[in-house]
Amino acid sequence: MSAVSFEAVLAVAGVLFALGLAGLLARRNLLFVLMSLEIMVNAAGLAFIAAGARWGQPDGQVVFLFILAVAAAEVSVGLALVLQVRRHFKSLDSDAAGTMKG
Amino acid sequence: MMFYAAAAVAVISTVLVITRSNAVHALLYLVVSFLAAAVMFFALGAPLAAALEVIIYAGAVVVLFVFVVMMSNLQAERSRQSPWTSLRAWAGPAALSLVLLGEFLVVIASRGTRGLGPGAVPPKAVGISLFSTYVLGVELAAMLLLAAVVGAFHLGSRRETPHHRFFEETPK
Repeated sequence: MSAVSFEAVLAVAGVLFALGLAGLLARRNLLFVLMSLEIMVNAAGLAFIAAGARWGQPDGQVVFLFILAVAAAEVSVGLALVLQVRRHFKSLDSDAAGTMKG
Repeated sequence: MMFYAAAAVAVISTVLVITRSNAVHALLYLVVSFLAAAVMFFALGAPLAAALEVIIYAGAVVVLFVFVVMMSNLQAERSRQSPWTSLRAWAGPAALSLVLLGEFLVVIASRGTRGLGPGAVPPKAVGISLFSTYVLGVELAAMLLLAAVVGAFHLGSRRETPHHRFFEETPK
């Protein structure tokens, strides 16, 4: 951590998070929405790793492990839901599933 | 220097992920983005996080995406068979991952003098902290993963009755 400044790592994490947010807002395909969510979660993990390395404590990596577990659970359930939406609406467009009933 | 090269690769490949029209091409860049994030973690002195990033994100999560792409648009992919096998789709991800391979070779050739600095946190310290201070969080994560397995199995099963009233009839 001696060579890399803390602010630079936080800037990279912020840029990656903003790119994921832009993809989440701009794309209609549900697969790309899930990919953008993974990018955002990964950027948050990078910020935690940077904070852990800044103070030399293992807590940053521990929180990254928890983020990893949450991301794995989220992507498995999310992809199963994508398959259900694909099967029932015959489309991966998020607008196809935009109408609520009841 | 190693961190900034990996950060540039990560940002470029992430921009290319969110702008591709083909899902498989976007997945190729997504793998490169995760590998670049792993190199960034290594440069920051977090070798355990770097290894888990490669195994879980670039391995398991991307394999799940590839399976869903394979199951969801087989017809669309089959028509694109001939240009997909050409070199153009592979050139971008290959060039970006060559940068990461170069950094990997530099770290190996330096025989431990580069890469992990004095502020690095070894995996042993992470394990001790994980199973002493954060042991309640580990148990909660285990319950969350079990719930995810059961939920994914339930949603992935193919059956006639709808899983939720949201799926009851297809609106036209």
